This record gives sequence, structure tokens and C-alpha cells, in this order.
Amino acid sequence: MKRISTQEISNCVYRLARKAGITLTPSCLNALQTAKAQETGATAFALDTLLENAQTAQNEQMPVCQDTGMSVVLVELGQEVTLTGAPLSEAVNDGVRRAYEDGYFRKSVCDPLTRVNTGDNTPAHLHTEIVAGDKVKITFLPKGFGSENMSRLYMLTPAEGKEGILRAIADTVKTAGSRPCPPVYVGVGIGGTFDGCALLAKKALTREVGSRNPRADVAEIEEEALKRINALSIGCQGFGGNTTAIGVSCEIAPTHIAGLPVAVNIQCHCVRCESEVIS
Amino acid sequence: MKKLTLPLSEETALSLHAGDSVLLSGTVYTARDCAHKRMFALLDENKELPFPYKNAIIYYAGPCPAPDGKACGSCGPTTSARMNVFAPRLLDAGLGGMIGKGEMSEETRNALQRNKRVYFAAIGGAGALYGNAIAKAECVAFPDLLSEAVYRLEITDFPVVVAHDAHGNTVYRS
Repeated sequence: MKRISTQEISNCVYRLARKAGITLTPSCLNALQTAKAQETGATAFALDTLLENAQTAQNEQMPVCQDTGMSVVLVELGQEVTLTGAPLSEAVNDGVRRAYEDGYFRKSVCDPLTRVNTGDNTPAHLHTEIVAGDKVKITFLPKGFGSENMSRLYMLTPAEGKEGILRAIADTVKTAGSRPCPPVYVGVGIGGTFDGCALLAKKALTREVGSRNPRADVAEIEEEALKRINALSIGCQGFGGNTTAIGVSCEIAPTHIAGLPVAVNIQCHCVRCESEVIS
Repeated sequence: MKKLTLPLSEETALSLHAGDSVLLSGTVYTARDCAHKRMFALLDENKELPFPYKNAIIYYAGPCPAPDGKACGSCGPTTSARMNVFAPRLLDAGLGGMIGKGEMSEETRNALQRNKRVYFAAIGGAGALYGNAIAKAECVAFPDLLSEAVYRLEITDFPVVVAHDAHGNTVYRS
């Protein structure tokens, strides 16, 4: 058995969180540059401002967006690894706590009823999956809520099929309109259970913007959905234009014979996602 | 690009049109969901609000903490639509306008037109750029709300777009 200390995991979460808070992913930045070349007027002005902002965030080492999000942490834990030290969830929360303090990130987590802020952006939303091997992969996705609020889960019927999936995706983006900071990145879960489907959608957002699902029929849905979304002409910030979404990524899993769950998780144009493998 | 200093006169507000890009300087007050709820509780009890809201501009935002050597951390706009339940009453009471992101409701747009006020869209996601354009930040109410407290900000050349103008026009494609 390979032994890995959870202190190492805490330090890894810290590094990933610090970097993610101030950095757009390269594929996101590319997509914004491509979008800018196609726009005019207020829409071009907005995209220019966003590209300048990405640079300012790097130069000043400031959060690219003040909504430094809820900390979504995906851990793929190799089953040949023995973790030592503090419990995993404590280690992850410790990494988040230190990163949000040292990075001057906003603490955006509160009790849902009293609305009292937890003060340190914990707890992180931790998903742990046991996988083959002797490594630990950690992915950090700070998730802003302007876009999270606009996400939807549909329990479609099998009869609705592919057309139903495409309609669900386009309807979600249309209903969201200017609110989630378009151009958006759309993560879609297809299949599984009510809860599993939402997790698939979240995982889809950890993929590179513009990447395609290896399954041809799923990749086709990604491309067709992107076309339908961009035909809505909501545009950057809702100011109109050709780019309402910079990408659609779908993840798929088997589901029950009676159902067709579809989760549409909206990510704003600030795609921030970092990962690292500890071995 | 047009540069404007806040607060806006009625004449200036009426000269702006949906889609205009402008640079704003002057004083704004941050307030978002929780701060609005508290302000409404004060209004319901006929108490004074903790800042001079008449003619003032509310910025729907909750900043990051200020790093050493800076007045404010990253501070872009939050989604304005959540404040539709508050904006018309504040505008009718004399609020000078708002800065936020995204489209607001018909009720809010009517209140803007009725009171000859403007709603500006800051560019959502540009938090670092806006934070860097804040020369001074001071918490003036509800400090226990942390980033959701009311801060008085001195802003310089904030890039914004006239989103809903005083004539009832909008920049948004619905």
C-alpha cells in the first residue's frame, strides 16, 4: 500500500484553490478571445473588459471574479492508497480555509436558513470516488452562484429522447438570460439517478471548453446544443451577439428503463478549474 | 468614451441611452440580498437608513477582502434580478440609480422611467478590474454581514453600459 498524508492533500487543495481563484483556464480564455473577434458595440466592449480583467487578475494576483465560489472538490482516490493523518474532509476544508484567507478571497458560504456566514468558505463540497491505482487526483472548481442559481434538473420521459435533451438544455439557457454572466459554459448530465445526474453535469464542467465527449452520439448532442444556444443571441452579458455559450459538455451514464434524467449546470464565462495528481 | 461623475443630475440621466458605454467616477454604496432585507426592515419601522440614499447609487456587489496596499479586493457586480423585489420602492423613495449585472424586471424598469433614473450594467466577472478601480472603501453598515455589508466606495472610471435608461429602453435582448 502506498501511504499519502492528508496534510499533503490539504496543501494540494490550497495550491489549487489559490491558482483557480485568479486564473481562467486556457481553453476558456481562448474561447473568449474567439468570441470577441465576432462582436461589435456593447458586446465587444464587454468582452474587451473581460479580457483586460483576466490580465489584471494575473498582474495584481487578485481574484478574477469577486465570487470566488463554493469550493467544489473532486477527489479520485486510488484504492491502493492508505491515507494517514487528519480525516480527508478536515484536510480538504483546512486547505480551503487557508487559501481563502491568504488569497484575500471572498468567503461566500452561509447557513441556508439563518444566512450566517461560516466565515472561512468551508465546508467544501467534497466528492470522493475510489478508483484503481495508487495515486490521488484532486480537482478544484470554485463555483459561483450567479450561474449555479440558473441550473436545472429535468426528469424527462424516455419518449422525449434526444430532442427532449436538446430542448431542456436550450430552455435552461434561455430562461437564465442575462443573469448567469453569459457567455456561459454548459455542463450537462444525461442519465443516472436524480442525484447522480447532477454530479455528471458538474463533472462535465471540469472538462476543457471545446472538448468533445468520446461517444459520437453524445458529441453530436454537444454540438447541436451549442448551435441552438447561440441561435438565442443572448450574447455576452445579455447584450446580444453570436456567443451565448462558449461550450457544451455532456457526460452520460446508464439510467432506469422508466427515466431520462437531464441536469443542466450553468457555469459563467469565468471558467476556473485546476487539478493535480499526487503520487 | 463618455465620462460621468456621480451623483447624476436629472438632465444627465435623461441624456443617457441604453447601450451607451460610459466610465463612472464618484461615490457608490454596495448592498446585496441581506443588506436590502435589513434596510427594508428599517424602512418598515420608519427608521433612517444607515447611509444617505437619496440620489445615491447602489452597487449590487460584495467585495473580496482588501489585500495589503489596496483599498478593496475584487469587486464586480452580482446578479441584479434578485433585487427586483427591493428596487422599485427604493427608487420611489429617492434612490439615484443602480449598478449591477443582468436584466431587471418590468416593475423595476417602470420605476426607473417614472423617477428618471438609470440602471447601469457593470461587466459581470470583471472583479479584478473593478476592484482595482476603487480608491477608497469603508464599511458604513451591517459589518456582521462581512462581504454582504454596506460599503461606501470611491470609484474611478468604472466601465459600465447603460442597461435600462430613463426612457424605458433596454440594452438586453429578451
